[in-house]
Amino acid sequence: MSKFSYLGVLAFILFGTVWLEIILQARVLRKLKRLVLTITPVVILFVIWDYYAITNNHWFFDETKVTGITLIGFLPLEELLFFIIVPIAALLSFEAVRSIKQEKAGDEK
Amino acid sequence: MTYIQIGIIYCLLAFVLDFYILKTKVLKLRMFWLSYVIVLFFQFVTNGILTKNLIVRYNDFALIGGDYSDKTPPMIGDGRLFYAPVEDVFFGFSMIVMTISIWIWLGRKNIQREPYSESPPKWWPKGHWYGTKK
Repeated sequence: MSKFSYLGVLAFILFGTVWLEIILQARVLRKLKRLVLTITPVVILFVIWDYYAITNNHWFFDETKVTGITLIGFLPLEELLFFIIVPIAALLSFEAVRSIKQEKAGDEK
Repeated sequence: MTYIQIGIIYCLLAFVLDFYILKTKVLKLRMFWLSYVIVLFFQFVTNGILTKNLIVRYNDFALIGGDYSDKTPPMIGDGRLFYAPVEDVFFGFSMIVMTISIWIWLGRKNIQREPYSESPPKWWPKGHWYGTKK
């Protein structure tokens, strides 16, 4: 266990799903504008939740297992990365399933 | 507010967003639930690492279960599911539903609608829940 423990878990999530973009043609990462527009409101909503939870001591982090880099006064770098990486992983999973099942989600022409 | 109360509010928000605001209705898609089951499995794995090793810790006043703020939580029981608080399922579910709903809505608005997800490689298995259509 080191100060990169939390970052290591995030790296595992990222590398565990990026292959779906290439092998299963998920086509999420190459739609950068759509991806950014999707993730931005999600990040905002969950940073608000995180702010409430951290300032009210709902949850906290082992200082020896995070980098200690804090953004906007309260937000650990790892938490921000979590709110970006997990939605990407979810989208890659969803689009990979769509690729295999070839079902419609309503955004096709 | 406690963790579960916020979790339920966010899940309701995700449902209202998906059904009534963006009208994407991803919650009615079979493939949404199939991908969610896969994501949930990996949520249990990765969240289990974060919580079993006390990288992320919780105070019991905000939780359904007991105090494991400085000791290893049980794998199952006392408000824990694979070491993590059961409330984390609500957290993850609302995050995933909102993400996919907004993603599909943007596609419908013609923002980088194409290229679609293409067929998987020819060696991918056919049939079963994990395979392509026969």
